[in-house]
Amino acid sequence: MKGETRTCDLLIIGTGMAGMAAALFAAKKGITTIQMGLPGEINFASGLLDLMAVHPLGENRPWKNPWACIQALVRDEPVHPYGRIAPEDIRAAFSEITEFLAAFGLPYAGYGSRNVQLLTPAGTVKTTYRVPLSMWKGVEAWRDKPACLLVDFKGMKGFSARQITEIQKPDWPGLRSARIALPGFKGEAYPVTMARALESPDTGTALVEAVKPHLRGESVIGFPAFLGFEDTARLIAFLETELGAQVFEIPTMPPSLGGLRLQRAFEKGLPTLGVQALYQKQVRGVERLASGDFRFESGGADLDTLVRAKGAVLATGRFFGKGLHAGRTGIRETVFGLPVRQPESRTEWHYPDFLSPEGHPVNRAGLETDEWFRPLGKDGTPAYKNLFAAGSILAHQDWTRMKCGSGLAVATAFKAVTGFLSGG
Amino acid sequence: MKTQVLIIGGGITGTGLARDLALRGVPCILVEQRDIVAGASGGNHGLLHSGGRYVASDAEAAEECREEGSLLKRLAPHCIEETQGLFVAVPGDDETYIADFPDLCARSRIPAEPVDTDTAMELEPALTPDLIAAYAAEDASVDPFKLALDNIADACRLGAVFVPHIQAVSFESEKKRVLSVRLRNRITGETLSVEPDQVVNAAGAWAGMVANLAGLHLDVVCSKGTLLVTQSRITRRVINRLRKPGDGDILVPGGTVSILGTTSVRVDTPDGCRPTIREVDRIIEEGAAMVPVLADTRYIRAYAGVRPLIGSSGGDDRKVSRGFALLDHAAEGLENFITIAGGKLTTYRLMAEKTADLVCEKLKVSEPCRTRTEPLPPSDTGRWTQPGLAPREWLRSGRNDDLLLCECEMVSRDVVDRIIQSIRDQGGQPTLRAVGLRSRIGKGPCQGGFCSARIAAYMYDIDAVTGNSGLKGLRDFLRERWRGKRPVLWDLAMEQAELQEALHCGLFGLEQ
Repeated sequence: MKGETRTCDLLIIGTGMAGMAAALFAAKKGITTIQMGLPGEINFASGLLDLMAVHPLGENRPWKNPWACIQALVRDEPVHPYGRIAPEDIRAAFSEITEFLAAFGLPYAGYGSRNVQLLTPAGTVKTTYRVPLSMWKGVEAWRDKPACLLVDFKGMKGFSARQITEIQKPDWPGLRSARIALPGFKGEAYPVTMARALESPDTGTALVEAVKPHLRGESVIGFPAFLGFEDTARLIAFLETELGAQVFEIPTMPPSLGGLRLQRAFEKGLPTLGVQALYQKQVRGVERLASGDFRFESGGADLDTLVRAKGAVLATGRFFGKGLHAGRTGIRETVFGLPVRQPESRTEWHYPDFLSPEGHPVNRAGLETDEWFRPLGKDGTPAYKNLFAAGSILAHQDWTRMKCGSGLAVATAFKAVTGFLSGG
Repeated sequence: MKTQVLIIGGGITGTGLARDLALRGVPCILVEQRDIVAGASGGNHGLLHSGGRYVASDAEAAEECREEGSLLKRLAPHCIEETQGLFVAVPGDDETYIADFPDLCARSRIPAEPVDTDTAMELEPALTPDLIAAYAAEDASVDPFKLALDNIADACRLGAVFVPHIQAVSFESEKKRVLSVRLRNRITGETLSVEPDQVVNAAGAWAGMVANLAGLHLDVVCSKGTLLVTQSRITRRVINRLRKPGDGDILVPGGTVSILGTTSVRVDTPDGCRPTIREVDRIIEEGAAMVPVLADTRYIRAYAGVRPLIGSSGGDDRKVSRGFALLDHAAEGLENFITIAGGKLTTYRLMAEKTADLVCEKLKVSEPCRTRTEPLPPSDTGRWTQPGLAPREWLRSGRNDDLLLCECEMVSRDVVDRIIQSIRDQGGQPTLRAVGLRSRIGKGPCQGGFCSARIAAYMYDIDAVTGNSGLKGLRDFLRERWRGKRPVLWDLAMEQAELQEALHCGLFGLEQ
């Protein structure tokens, strides 16, 4: 036998938002928890925490109140995963996540029970629920439209302050843009390199000097989300003092600091709560023991590890996360081979228009579950009494168009962990 | 505005004709409703036929292919990769067809050397081990984008005018002559009239609609053909199925990829044609009979073109061959209106020559055709469609301030600058789609998912787009790429598509 055998109560499979949230909730409830999966997907997160904003799809009217939107959604589409979770549990789960992130250096802000709107790097406006505190003054600026300077950096790709101002100027005449070069930086401005460099006092001062000549009395300045990796708040405070204006960050294209900071906060915080993180391991196989426990085989760069667990949460994501696999003739679930609810044939997966506001039918493919998010087997009853699923792998949702990704991940993880604790 | 010749249709025939006329000193304006090679000229295999495919069905077309193929290899070598070709048969294929093939080739003087099946397998290890016959032929691959861009660049150098996004909307005729043609710019909506001495309808699958505007009837049957692009190159040579032409029986290598096709599906209109999932599955099944790995390989895109099949009813049919149709509409009452349609990419030069001959006869110009002897000069506009060129230039320049905007195909900012400049030089609007058409952007594994947003941002930076136009350009580009991606979304392509949707819909909200 190679490697080692570990035992735990609950194995969380997946390192995206749902996996991180499930690990957090389980550990806080005193469950012995191992989390396993290759890191990666969360790097592609924007850092914005969506709850719910668009319903019905096709109408394209983002709701101001996500809770009212959820209520309408659940009334019209009771099969949506939100239909299986009490609103107070969604609230509790969301608060627990934002409190945890704040405790590990990533505070979030929002308008109480309402959604917020902010600029995207494409120059469009996105509706979401909570934004990193570093982006908060951008939410207020978008609302109040004061004289505002958007700054970008020479050597950046996929972010143009000019693009944002060009698109927004009819509604926001006081918006201007400027491009700056930092002394000593040549070639491509990589987000992490820039963010790390800006944490040094010299570079911070150089940034102030580079921005000053472009200011025409603006009271607010927006930067791409490069303002430090670990200590964004300190850098923003410094810039605000030196530049005499409010400073905010604008999200950038993934993989971005928005996702990396989330990943960092979870990776820092979860072990302190007792989560055993096996982030270089991937589940390669699973066996059900006579006792009902699972024995997972995992592999990674080094020796194989066996994990024996009393239960598991499947938070492996969809296609990009590799929880689902699309073949030419159908979609399958990759760890347990669970039945996947899906359109009858590939011809029905997607609409001819990529940007169809109704959302492609395949987006709603995924696992069917019982009320505790236990995936169903072929016979329509839970495949295993101790297996739960959370996040985007679930059927009957379209998170990119409903703008419910984080909320879905967090709330279903919460319910799945609660289900495990109550014995299913 | 006056001109001697107005050409309608910027496919390979129209651009070839513009160059032929320009070389004879005849001024012309070429208008195109979309952009260069937007129709069947850009939606085919990119195969320079040896002629072997047509020996049984159309000896005349086969001979034209042989002759024109060897001319183009000499005159436009930078557009052609001399891959050579194999004709192969598998169990179940028509044995009479196989047995007749060498004699038919000999009759049309098309070189076809028998190759024993073991040797064929050594030449092309991806071939099925079940081969029952193989012949070597002189097929090659040709880049239709580069060919058209070079033709138009040379024509413009000699004084021709090319204007994209211009649609003919009405004709004014009197006393058996077209007096003027009203044109509309599809982007700005502006209209203007041109008074040409001669009008040439080179609108391909749209030729029937253009003839209608002039009050004429032209039978055009539209046949859609779908093709697939593989992620990596499967064979060194062109692989033809040794049988009567059918679905999924040609695999053409081009640079770093291979192209598998095609189908033949009747459609009512050439507008909005798309590859379908059923066609894709059918092509893969047929292709895998010759080259089994085609069943499992990764595909990055599908695309479709519409072949115009011209009926001979009506008009003075001066059909030059069964391969293409050159119609003088004088007998139907319009002395200065000609239609050229059908044919193949391989024979575009000959079609242009015959059309220019007729135009010159009518204009009483006695200059001879020069495209038969004059090499096609490479242009700066055409060169960026070549896989691997942009990365080589980027590495050679060694400039660390020149960012790679498209990381899959390594297209740098400098290349984008030059393409935008060339679009402006030709009087066009720089849009993301126009830049994509003239480069490898969006043609790599990510199919434009990420580079599209980067290039849109860059186009704002350099003022190539303003206001909402860059955002509209981004949506248009994504929709256009999607047509080709949708039928091949499985495995990695599905993962990429999901990530792209998270970015463009989840974060940017472009669906709203």
